[in-house]
Amino acid sequence: MFAYTMRRLMVAIPTMLVIIAVAFFMMRLAPGSPFDTERALSPEIRAQLMTFYGFDKPLYIQFLDYLKGLATFDLGPSLIYKDQTVSEIIGSGFPVSMTIGLAALLLATCVGVPMGLFAALKQNSLPDYSIMAIAMAGICIPSLVVGPILSLVFGVYLGWLPTAGLDLGKMTFETLLLPVVTLSLAQIAIISRLVRSSAVEVLRSNFVRTARAKGLPELQVLSKHALRAALLPLVSYLGPACAGLITGSVVVETVFQLPGIGKNFVTSALQRDYPVVMAVVVLYAGLIILLNLLADLAYGLLDPKVKYE
Amino acid sequence: MTLLTTPQEKAELLEAAIKGRSLWEDARRRLFRNKAAVGSMIVLGTLTFLAIFGPFFWPHDYETIYNDRVLQGPTWENLHIFGTDPQGRDLFVRLLYGLRMSLAVGLVATGVSLLIGVIWGATAGYIGGRVDQIMMRIVDVLYALPFIFFVIILMVVFGRNLILIFVAIGAVEWLTMARIVRGQTISLRKKEFVEAAEAAGVTSANIVTRHIVPNVLGPVVVYVTLTIPAVILTESFLSFLGLGVQEPMTSLGNLISIGAREMEIAPWLLIFPATTMMVTLFCFNFIGDGLRDAIDPRDR
Repeated sequence: MFAYTMRRLMVAIPTMLVIIAVAFFMMRLAPGSPFDTERALSPEIRAQLMTFYGFDKPLYIQFLDYLKGLATFDLGPSLIYKDQTVSEIIGSGFPVSMTIGLAALLLATCVGVPMGLFAALKQNSLPDYSIMAIAMAGICIPSLVVGPILSLVFGVYLGWLPTAGLDLGKMTFETLLLPVVTLSLAQIAIISRLVRSSAVEVLRSNFVRTARAKGLPELQVLSKHALRAALLPLVSYLGPACAGLITGSVVVETVFQLPGIGKNFVTSALQRDYPVVMAVVVLYAGLIILLNLLADLAYGLLDPKVKYE
Repeated sequence: MTLLTTPQEKAELLEAAIKGRSLWEDARRRLFRNKAAVGSMIVLGTLTFLAIFGPFFWPHDYETIYNDRVLQGPTWENLHIFGTDPQGRDLFVRLLYGLRMSLAVGLVATGVSLLIGVIWGATAGYIGGRVDQIMMRIVDVLYALPFIFFVIILMVVFGRNLILIFVAIGAVEWLTMARIVRGQTISLRKKEFVEAAEAAGVTSANIVTRHIVPNVLGPVVVYVTLTIPAVILTESFLSFLGLGVQEPMTSLGNLISIGAREMEIAPWLLIFPATTMMVTLFCFNFIGDGLRDAIDPRDR
């Protein structure tokens, strides 16, 4: 187990390097510059700025400098918001994205798992079909449709909840409710489909038949034997999904005008704010790798058939 | 297990006894018995037909601006049946163009992913050994990339051109395809009929084209029908963030983003494009699910 974890972490390092390199060179080799303002800067000032930020050095040296900074957690200042460091920008945006993402994941699991299990128990009946129809709807109705419609109905027509906007540092239940619900709908759908199909398979399997044959009460068969096996695929799904939820919140953050990290990313990419863009990419890539590893490890703990050596 | 009792099934059984059916014919029958899938095919066919030919017969053009008809609600007057947008353009014809664009992106980008994915996966699976290891390790690394961010960076830095959208999204979606094709190819290589063909002296190229590819096709077709809606979503996501197709051209995501901005005063701008998009995605997903059940009826 320990050796496996170490090996995975060793593989993660080159992966991260590739990701950082691709993002870095893609950003830098592209046309445009953070100093393209409406008023053209005089050549002298421009040259000074370039020297100040080290843009006059050869690109590979800049890349090595960046890696050095990254290793010491010094991400430097933002190129656009001169009074803020990159760490400050990420530090203010990430909690918002993370709160929404985790809340959505929690909601999706709490709703999706019972839905899937129930559908599996009532396989090929009306409740099963209706749950699967709802799940299909959740997959087909994208967040960029759900978000505006929810805020139109609950914010504008009914006036129950604020439609948009979140003052920095003030995350209240009301402001977060609609974004979280919007983000969780697709996940509810995917989770309930996943749980249903694995539960259907498990309920047909031999060990469940054995448990029933030896006369265990149905409730015990389900809770002690079937449930654990049925939820296994969910574990390996939740890792990537967790990272994906934070990624997916780009749309939700745009719709509800939340100051999250996804929105930061799009604006800073448009303004060529290289350090911020890089920081977001590195953060997400790291999260994806880490969460995948955690999911795999959890899988190994839960499934006695899987052995990592 | 149910007994074969319905007259229809009896007749089929009889027919089957008379004439052998291929796997594909079986699948086709099962697919056409699936009402949701057939209904979806009809709806999707109609939508596609409208998107391609509708604009030729509609009195308005997608970029004509009527300054005196800004933000009109749906009305029969002047045939603005879906209303007009903030620039005073007819929404119905713009919706047709948007749908056309979204379908085109879906098909072309899926085609790109199909091309890369099948070649990559089949090569890795058929050659095997070290080549396979290296090729699949590359796929693993690419899987860890936060791809949507790379697409956003691409769109931002190279400007929003249409071909880039096609290629960028296609390049994102080929990974799963490659994995599916590789897995299938490896399991097929060990099958008796491939061994028999090898023993009979059939050339490698012939084995791949005559035996491997047709058998890989099933899962690939299913995955393709499920990739198209995913691609349409990705494109709409980009357009929604203002990084997709450029005005005056439009796509469903672009229309939805305009609709979301104006929804308080002009809800029709959101409702019609959103409905069109949902119906389209529903259709693709139903067809995909139907195909999966038809081709691989094991876990129904």
